[in-house]
Amino acid sequence: MSDDFRGTPLDAEDFEKGKVLFTRDEPKAEYAWDTGVAIGRYLQELKNGRLIARNCVKCRRVMIPPRMHCEWCWRPTDDWVYVQDRGLVNTFSLCYITWDMQRLKTPEIPAVIEIEGASPGHGIMHKLGGVDPKKVKVGMKVKAVWKPAEERVGSILDILHWAPT
Amino acid sequence: MTRRVAVVGIGSTPARTVTPELSYRELTYDAAVRAYCDAGVEPRDVQSFVCCEEDLNEGISISDEYTPDQLGAVLKPVHTVGGDGLHGIADAVMEIMTGLVDLVVVESHSKASNILTPHHIVSYAMDPVWNRPFKANPHFVAGLEMNRFLHETGTTAAQCAQVVVKNKRNALRNPAGAHAADLTLEDVERSLPVSEPLRELEVAPASDAAYVVVLASEERAKSLKGRPVWVKGVGWCSDTPTLESRDWARAEYAEGAAERAYRMAGIRNPSEEMDVFEVDDTYAYKELQHLEALKVFGRGEAGRATERGITSATGDVPVNVSGGALGAGHQLDATGLFRVVELVLQLRGQAGERQVRGARTGLAMSWRGVPTTSGAIVILGCE
Repeated sequence: MSDDFRGTPLDAEDFEKGKVLFTRDEPKAEYAWDTGVAIGRYLQELKNGRLIARNCVKCRRVMIPPRMHCEWCWRPTDDWVYVQDRGLVNTFSLCYITWDMQRLKTPEIPAVIEIEGASPGHGIMHKLGGVDPKKVKVGMKVKAVWKPAEERVGSILDILHWAPT
Repeated sequence: MTRRVAVVGIGSTPARTVTPELSYRELTYDAAVRAYCDAGVEPRDVQSFVCCEEDLNEGISISDEYTPDQLGAVLKPVHTVGGDGLHGIADAVMEIMTGLVDLVVVESHSKASNILTPHHIVSYAMDPVWNRPFKANPHFVAGLEMNRFLHETGTTAAQCAQVVVKNKRNALRNPAGAHAADLTLEDVERSLPVSEPLRELEVAPASDAAYVVVLASEERAKSLKGRPVWVKGVGWCSDTPTLESRDWARAEYAEGAAERAYRMAGIRNPSEEMDVFEVDDTYAYKELQHLEALKVFGRGEAGRATERGITSATGDVPVNVSGGALGAGHQLDATGLFRVVELVLQLRGQAGERQVRGARTGLAMSWRGVPTTSGAIVILGCE
């Protein structure tokens, strides 16, 4: 093969044996992001097993995850509104690779779920579970499957996944 | 300048050591509301937005994608500059000067308190192959530079300490003076060594804040209610990044940036023609080194001038009346806009008890911190 192409072929062994020189380093980048008013309350309510949104009275819009300003009319949002822990699948994908590109036999199912009680087109990004991947459809009704109360910490992972109702 | 550009609005949140009550989005929204109100514009009037931030400081890759909502910039032209806020001002000035747009917003914020490993983040700016393996604290770069600066110019350690005393005292008069203190020279000289000759109190500590600045063309500025502050000149410059062969005593990047800004503003004698200076003081010696690079003082003269009170708030050449980074905190890439906001307040006569009397023209200068050799300058004026 090396006769067919110009240059010198390299394989993994050349790196392992130090024939090719390189420097390795791993970042230690650690952060603790302030959640602020909107997301702070959102996480607190997740710990309580509830979903909360913010309402903009001018745009007549209920937003989840909540935000303290409406990016449409650019006013402060007005009220806290509890919304349902069920909704409709807006879009989904069957994902056959993990975040670090390992192949999966059973796909993960990331989905955007339009939340009942929030404005149409407003939802949260999560995962579907307890469902045959082949049977997932846009518009499917789903409900949150929560972690047991004592295991919830105030994180989006306090919901295990969303399952068909 | 064919098309004149003005600052027509400023908005900020006061610098704080921590800001746990607000997310960076909420903090920025707060600054933006104030800026638009100050300018008398609505975000829908703004034609272009420039943000200044770095992903590793935010902890978010492509962090600029998260900027539109809190600025009212959804479905508008937005771009991010990986540089100081003054680089962002330069971008806005170019957009307006070329006639592309008439109203531009520049934003930058610091949530430095959210970075748990700041020294690791800074050390990631070092060359990964030939500098980073030493695993030295990045402040050593400042130690090396300060040592050579003192050696070549005859500046004394006490003169550097005086910068700390001055700036932290100035910050006592600034509501944004997050690190204000009334210290003596002895307090600074007794503080622990960081990387000699650099001492702990000579290093600007970090703080959080958000800034939004609204800029407009002359025509647009004249249609607004407020009194515009004119951009007289901008300049920016980068030296070689190498630690091995850079000039350790002189801030050549600042000289280059100043040359360009002065040419644009038509300034020949900086200390005579400008009334107020907000100049990078990330480390105390940097204020002196930068003032010499800006030709405000001759080589080796900035330290003596500081000792004699010339750079104090009531001196002939007031430098960092705001308290600077030593007094208000280093605010990542937002530090440049902190300086712009101070200049605008001074030139409008709105700086309260720290007002410099008769301030008509001012200069802001930023440096991108160790190990960089990049700086930017903005000159503002009443006329």
